[in-house]
Amino acid sequence: MTAPRPDGARRYPYRHLLGIEGLSPDEIHFLLDRSESYVEQNRRADKKGNSLRGRTIINLFFENSTRTRTSFELAGKRLGGDVINMSVSTSSIKKGETLIDTAMTLNAMHPDVLVVRHSDSGAVRLLAEKVNCAVINGGDGSHEHPTQALLDALTIRRRRGRLDGLTVAICGDIAHSRVARSNIHLLTTMGTRVRVVAPPTLLPAQIERFGVEAFTDMRRGLAGCDIIMMLRLQTERMKGSFVPSIREYFHFFGLDRDKLAAAKPDALIMHPGPMNRGTEIDSEVADDIDRSLIQEQVEMGVAVRMACLEVLAENLPDPSLRNAP
Amino acid sequence: MSAALSGRRVAYLNVRLLDPATGLDMPGQILTEGGRILDIGAKLFEPTLFKDDMPDGAEGIDCKGLCLAPGLVDMRVQLREPGEEHMENMASASQAAAAGGVTTMVALPNTQPVIDDVSLIEFVARRAREVGITRIRTYAALTKGLQGKELTELGLLTEAGALGFTDGTQAIVNAVTLRRALSYGRMFDRMVIQHPEEPSLARDGVMNEGEIAARLGLSGIPACAEVMMIERDLRLVELTGGRYHVAHISTSESVAAIRRAKRQGLAVTCDTAPHYFALNETAVGDYRTFAKLSPPLRDEMDRRAIVDGLADGTIDAIASDHAPHDQESKRLPFAQAAFGIIGLETLLPLTLELVHNGQMTLLHALGALSHRPARMLGLDCGRLAKGAPADFILFDPDRPGRIDVTRMRSKSKNSPFDGRPVQGSVWRTVMGGRTVFDADAPKQARGSRGD
Repeated sequence: MTAPRPDGARRYPYRHLLGIEGLSPDEIHFLLDRSESYVEQNRRADKKGNSLRGRTIINLFFENSTRTRTSFELAGKRLGGDVINMSVSTSSIKKGETLIDTAMTLNAMHPDVLVVRHSDSGAVRLLAEKVNCAVINGGDGSHEHPTQALLDALTIRRRRGRLDGLTVAICGDIAHSRVARSNIHLLTTMGTRVRVVAPPTLLPAQIERFGVEAFTDMRRGLAGCDIIMMLRLQTERMKGSFVPSIREYFHFFGLDRDKLAAAKPDALIMHPGPMNRGTEIDSEVADDIDRSLIQEQVEMGVAVRMACLEVLAENLPDPSLRNAP
Repeated sequence: MSAALSGRRVAYLNVRLLDPATGLDMPGQILTEGGRILDIGAKLFEPTLFKDDMPDGAEGIDCKGLCLAPGLVDMRVQLREPGEEHMENMASASQAAAAGGVTTMVALPNTQPVIDDVSLIEFVARRAREVGITRIRTYAALTKGLQGKELTELGLLTEAGALGFTDGTQAIVNAVTLRRALSYGRMFDRMVIQHPEEPSLARDGVMNEGEIAARLGLSGIPACAEVMMIERDLRLVELTGGRYHVAHISTSESVAAIRRAKRQGLAVTCDTAPHYFALNETAVGDYRTFAKLSPPLRDEMDRRAIVDGLADGTIDAIASDHAPHDQESKRLPFAQAAFGIIGLETLLPLTLELVHNGQMTLLHALGALSHRPARMLGLDCGRLAKGAPADFILFDPDRPGRIDVTRMRSKSKNSPFDGRPVQGSVWRTVMGGRTVFDADAPKQARGSRGD
């Protein structure tokens, strides 16, 4: 889709950030540029800004999270906003009805930005339809995790100076990963060549239609890659259902020195965390300060979330904004 | 220095060469060096010249015009080792195999313990080396403990040497399990082998459903229980692109379903066993437990369809389906007796019946016993070619005789074919360049190490 580009600074013309799919290269660059400006600020002794002063941000997490929630919380606070964390256990409530009830209740408190994570794909969009504030998708089921893709892109762009023309291999449980989907959308939009590497049982049907190349042989998939993105394999998928065992998975799909050698000599390694050392990644590789960007990804996460909160807050008063995407 | 280069040379002279891989059928000679075939052809050397040219210690054997064909590759054998060695073990099965012309056996994983782990694949390989009479390879269990739930480590097992994956005599019932197996198995290019039977229809059945079962008062297994499972599985093959093999098909409808799938271009293969073309359900007769099989012996129309399926190539291979059982497992009321019969030593003569009846050519029949299973399993053997393993049999396809279980090498004697007149017998079996069976000198049939 082509996004209108109104004059002035505002180049992210949407009320919510629900996903990467459908965003234009300009819109993505705009968010990344804004994020970039916060990287330096976050390294100073005085990290406090005030662009969110008076704004209320609610982190509404229906699924357990430590790093994403903390990252959003820190981002909001560094821009002077008031941040409240709400964790809702999905097991104790009936889904659907309660999701909307919760949204209506919170809406009545007039928050400015809701950051929502939910274990069901599409749940964040459903909630966004029921509230007047801006909504950031903090991860919905196996669908999207847009701020993760943005922070990954920022990390790559800072290291390599660009996104287009690079080759990125995303490895692991593609089928169940929202991180994979958001990254595929973002990178293919930016002209990056994307490969996915997984056993056939962890590749979604017709993944080629996303504009990626699929590999079931990791060495072939990594050959000539600039960036290797590892995904977390959930424990419940390891034992005999999607893959037979951890040791077999690691043997064929775990990133170790040997398989890493198939990629470019200066290939960089990323992981959205938390890592399963010895399942999808070898400690030796994960802790290699020359190759691993894993700590840098966490740092970029705060900057990206500051930018996203700020941009959505800036957009808030404008009633002419469209809802999608 | 490899054994092949330093090995002794043996020339088999005056043979009828039969190579189903190339269609070769002509008089000629074959020369082995160590464990490999060095040369093959109509006239490798003039007999006199040959005598002069051969290095010291070389041997020339006059085979008197006998047929020489690749050693048989039996893709479905139960060895009972580890766990039930009182019924069979690798040594006794190997001797039976060698006497039957079988140079490669592929074992089912339904032993005790189940072959579902890398260490057990290695155990089979080690025992095969120790016995040293035939090549013994194995399938691995598709699911842990043959429980039908969790996949085994297909990749690591493939690397250890598993030739395929199967739950043995149990069907893979759960559609999701089979789907994932076919899908995941694509990475390793190994077959998933199904025992085709819808278990809920077969649950209490002990023989084919029909008039005979009704008269005997035995509960029947309907013929459709087989094709139902095959047709379901074929949808999953279409969905996943996996490699699928149906073991021991026994019904007309199964042949038709596989014929359609092959026309459709699916990666589907199948085998049958001699009893499904040599016998029908009437063999159960008066509650003969030696005719109790799984799948059960079917009616005459099904038997004929199996013959037709072999003749037109729909059925790729013939396997013995060797299932040794001791007397305690068979000397029981029919419903309580075990399923299965021995078959290593009757595989060739029963298959040759099809040739003598004009239903298959000799080359085609030999192909179903050697070249085609070898190719499906990705094995180097099953062909007569320079550089191929020197695994072959010398046999007379016409020599008359009777099947006699008392002379069989297998530890168990559960064969319904005892006393059956047959034509064709093995004179000599050569595995890896060594004679592992010689009909003229039975005492030399014991294999020895050191090839």
